Amino acid sequence: METLRPILAEHPFFKDLEERHLDLVAGCASNVRFKAGDFIFRHGEEANEFYLIREGLVAIEMFVTGRGAVNVQTIGEGQILGWSWLVPPYRWMFDAHALETTRAIALDGICLRNKSEQDHDLGYQLLKRFATIVQKDLDAARLQILNIYEVHA
Amino acid sequence: MIEAAKPDAMTPVFCRVLKTHQETRDTFTIDLEPPSGPQVLPFAPGQFNMLYVFGVGEVPISVSGDPRRTHTLVHTVREVGAVTQAMRRLKRGEVLGVRGPFGSSWPVEQAVGKDVVIVAGGIGLAPLRPAIYSILAHRQEYGRVVLLYGTRTPEDILFRKELERWRARLDLSVHVTVDRALASWRGSVGVVTTIIPRAHFDSNNALAMICGPEAMMSFTVLELENRGVGLEHIYVSTERNMKCAIGFCGHCQLGPKFICKDGPVFPYDRIRQFFEIREI
Repeated sequence: METLRPILAEHPFFKDLEERHLDLVAGCASNVRFKAGDFIFRHGEEANEFYLIREGLVAIEMFVTGRGAVNVQTIGEGQILGWSWLVPPYRWMFDAHALETTRAIALDGICLRNKSEQDHDLGYQLLKRFATIVQKDLDAARLQILNIYEVHA
Repeated sequence: MIEAAKPDAMTPVFCRVLKTHQETRDTFTIDLEPPSGPQVLPFAPGQFNMLYVFGVGEVPISVSGDPRRTHTLVHTVREVGAVTQAMRRLKRGEVLGVRGPFGSSWPVEQAVGKDVVIVAGGIGLAPLRPAIYSILAHRQEYGRVVLLYGTRTPEDILFRKELERWRARLDLSVHVTVDRALASWRGSVGVVTTIIPRAHFDSNNALAMICGPEAMMSFTVLELENRGVGLEHIYVSTERNMKCAIGFCGHCQLGPKFICKDGPVFPYDRIRQFFEIREI
């Protein structure tokens, strides 16, 4: 049976992951597709997966009273969507909805959490990779807050 | 590179305003008619002029028009002070003093045969626009050409119609992102560095041109470096308080460099150390 393993193996996020770990990850992967407007997850729901976006664009939104839904970040081709599955209490902090038809590989977070508990090397490898994503998100958020394109006379 | 006319570099020539066009809430483009005859003002992409509103003052503004169209001088200006506000109020037929062009230019010739990555932040798109025109005029001489543009909000997007035309081209990859947007915005949200990983280009054979706020340029350089682009292939346009524009007054000095004369465009590896010094 064909698996998603070759696609995962080629993705920079899984670069240098040991073969046995790649097998474990591929065992938790499935293809998913979202139509434009579909919600992928909503704030407060249990976070039990993350997504490797293959095509399309996803908006990360936050509802702000008086302003409605505010788009704070978009995730596109080749990027990873979601890391709340890895951090207790495993709940989404934002809404995510597809801005256009989006194809992705969904990675089952419960499956990966269980495998990581049994194989801490895998857990470390995943944590290392997600730490980079968290750091980049933090850097980007800081730059956004700085409002660098504004003229600060 | 086209050298500035040295003997009369401090003497403005008189240009008539052809039209002004509001680009965004605080940014406008002004088209000028250069004096006819030998005094046409050819420029290279990335160079700037000193624009003098009589009785108010003089400001350095990059040329944002097409270098091949020397009959009209185009500048895109953000209203930030008395001179630019007065410039915005100028009517068709009124006269502006122009000195220049000054400074170094984007390395469009060195980029021949390479993929070109153009990264613009905010009004930084204006000084890059002449480089884009030049590259598109000789499109077959370049590999993949990618334009990454970040700005504050969808309402702050410069040259919106032109960006849409460029985006429709099959030989130019255009990515626009904004820092913040309401849910009605269907495009990318996030600082410009976040869209660099999505861009397709050959890092081993790419030349990058960056213009925007220094914080944006610093983070962009890091991201390009992550992608494997050599620092010697990354060019940035710096901005300082240019006054004389010919390296006399020292107002624009950055370490040992005079931005007006040695810059504003530098290979990043030659200016890197000054980027890392606070408040220089």
